[in-house]
Amino acid sequence: MSITYLEAIREAQARALAEDPRVFIYGQDVGPFGGAFKATKNLAREFPGRVLDAPISEDAIVGLAVGAALEGMRPIVEMQFADFSTIAFNQVVNQAATLFWRTGVPCPIVVRLPSGGTAGSGPFHSQSLESIYAHFPGLFVLTPATVEDAYSMLLAAVALDDPVVFCEHKLLYYHLKAGQLPTEALPIGKARIARPGRDMTIVAYSALLHEALAVAEELATEGTEIEVVDLRSVKPLDTDTIVASVARTGRLLAIGESWPWGGVTAEVVARVAAEGLGLLDAPPQRLNAKDTPIPFHPQLWAAHRPIAESIAAAARNLLKL
Amino acid sequence: MNTPGTPLPAPPAEPSRDLYLRAFQGLLLARALDDKLASLYRGGKISGGLYLGRGQEALSAAIGILLQPGDVFAPLIRDLAGRLAFGETVLEVLQTYLGSPLGPMRGRDGNVHRGRPRAGLLPMVSHLGAMVSVVNGILFARAMKGIPGSIGVASLGDGATSTGASHEGLNQAAVERLPLVAVVANNQYAYSTPVARQYACASLVDRAVGYGFQGTRVDGTDLMACLRALGGAFHRARQGGGPQMVVGDLLRLCGHGEHDDGAYMDLRLREAPFGQDCLKQSEAFLRQSAWATAQEIEEWRNRQIQAVEEALNLVQHDPPVDPYREAWQALSTGPGDIHGE
Repeated sequence: MSITYLEAIREAQARALAEDPRVFIYGQDVGPFGGAFKATKNLAREFPGRVLDAPISEDAIVGLAVGAALEGMRPIVEMQFADFSTIAFNQVVNQAATLFWRTGVPCPIVVRLPSGGTAGSGPFHSQSLESIYAHFPGLFVLTPATVEDAYSMLLAAVALDDPVVFCEHKLLYYHLKAGQLPTEALPIGKARIARPGRDMTIVAYSALLHEALAVAEELATEGTEIEVVDLRSVKPLDTDTIVASVARTGRLLAIGESWPWGGVTAEVVARVAAEGLGLLDAPPQRLNAKDTPIPFHPQLWAAHRPIAESIAAAARNLLKL
Repeated sequence: MNTPGTPLPAPPAEPSRDLYLRAFQGLLLARALDDKLASLYRGGKISGGLYLGRGQEALSAAIGILLQPGDVFAPLIRDLAGRLAFGETVLEVLQTYLGSPLGPMRGRDGNVHRGRPRAGLLPMVSHLGAMVSVVNGILFARAMKGIPGSIGVASLGDGATSTGASHEGLNQAAVERLPLVAVVANNQYAYSTPVARQYACASLVDRAVGYGFQGTRVDGTDLMACLRALGGAFHRARQGGGPQMVVGDLLRLCGHGEHDDGAYMDLRLREAPFGQDCLKQSEAFLRQSAWATAQEIEEWRNRQIQAVEEALNLVQHDPPVDPYREAWQALSTGPGDIHGE
């Protein structure tokens, strides 16, 4: 038996619906159709009246979730694509994220963002927006990279009393598999050493974790031992685990699929520079997608985002510094 | 929404003298508090903006007086009268404007952004159209939980009706068949922009049918007409008649905020029927109908001015905010409950 990343997300939602009567799912095509990616397959049938199609109104979808949360519910909102959440941006960053601080009343909503590129998806169905959401106070921004984390972190997100932006990577949906669902999990906000090493730290999250692991495997054949840190959560960010890793390796490469100006990788580098400059044997490096909209053509797209080849090149370059 | 052939609920009773007088007290209190706030602002006692409700109190007070405990109210910036009638206290208003740590916003947010979500009074974000769907969410959750009977009001101005968020929210209310009442205070200006640059339909109420709402247009300077129109709309929404829109024609009798003298406003609008001062209108109505004497009205006005003074005396004894005691924590999940930062 095996379960995919996408099935884990579906199973987490099924369990949340089954165990907590406050949970409901609201989004475009999530009802009988089961969602554009089938993350809510059969849930409308299994949980009548609690998995509901919404009009194409991302702003009002999140606004309704905020109101329902004020009324004690635990809504899960599916944005059909992370890219479309820009229409809901105001509700997420100004309404949901400010509510507790302003009023003392928590706002437990989960906004699921099917994120990242897939071949041929182009500028408006490929975005990774974790960096821009992480910039705003009042939000958790979670970026699971494994089947186990997709399941356990989504359940944890529903249990949190704060708004959560849940970035699930579309590239992992179908091909990433695990033997079974996890029975225990690391706490939210705790990063994980995905592979130990002593020569360099690569900090990754979401789909790029797997590219980083492939690079570590490849460079191991050349005698370089790369330690790979899976952030799991980009906000909060587990600085301690990152700095401890850099203390062991002396070299840092932070990789991310969002754009290069600012963002998660810049934050990682800034924190290591501020808290562990003396631990570094070489200037800290970062690798992001290129600073253009995301191209449609599969060959252009593959060159736009960091992949094993470009990460390996950056890693080899860092070893020479 | 009513399907064709379904009879509408019976109309509510005509507004009583008692209801009118209670609403009128709300007009007096709101005007007295606005006047006091304006003098505090001029004296440099208020940080940030001050947005008055002059000219809009009749429509606003009618909302607040007709809502019931358990209902939901998302006000606009000129809804002081409605907020007070819905249960907000003068003390809370002053605490918020003066930044008291004992007020509902504790100095973290100010002026018109105050509220008590648990009491159904929503603290607006500045992007007002975005409040419609939040009201929807509360009503949606209640329907899901099987709690019947409550309604929600989203207050909008002519400006907010131009936003995409209000369109999404209004359409959503109709699709979800929610007991939402959208009250549009058409006060002729959004900041400095006249309605001719805001919309091109003959009347904003024409949009109601497009959304699947029942629409009503009312003279927003006439308290009795407002009570009647809103009473009918609230009754229909409460009885399952579907979402309602009430458009009140009125005129903002002040600048956008007290920093703005409104010099761009067309003075001829003051001669229009909707350019009347609703407070003077209702005082005349009370005297003509012999529901109150001029002397009684003066006594009531003085009583409300006194109530404002008493609250101001109280709030002046509140401690100042203390940045060193501020938690500086945007999440409700405590730092001890999570890893990282």
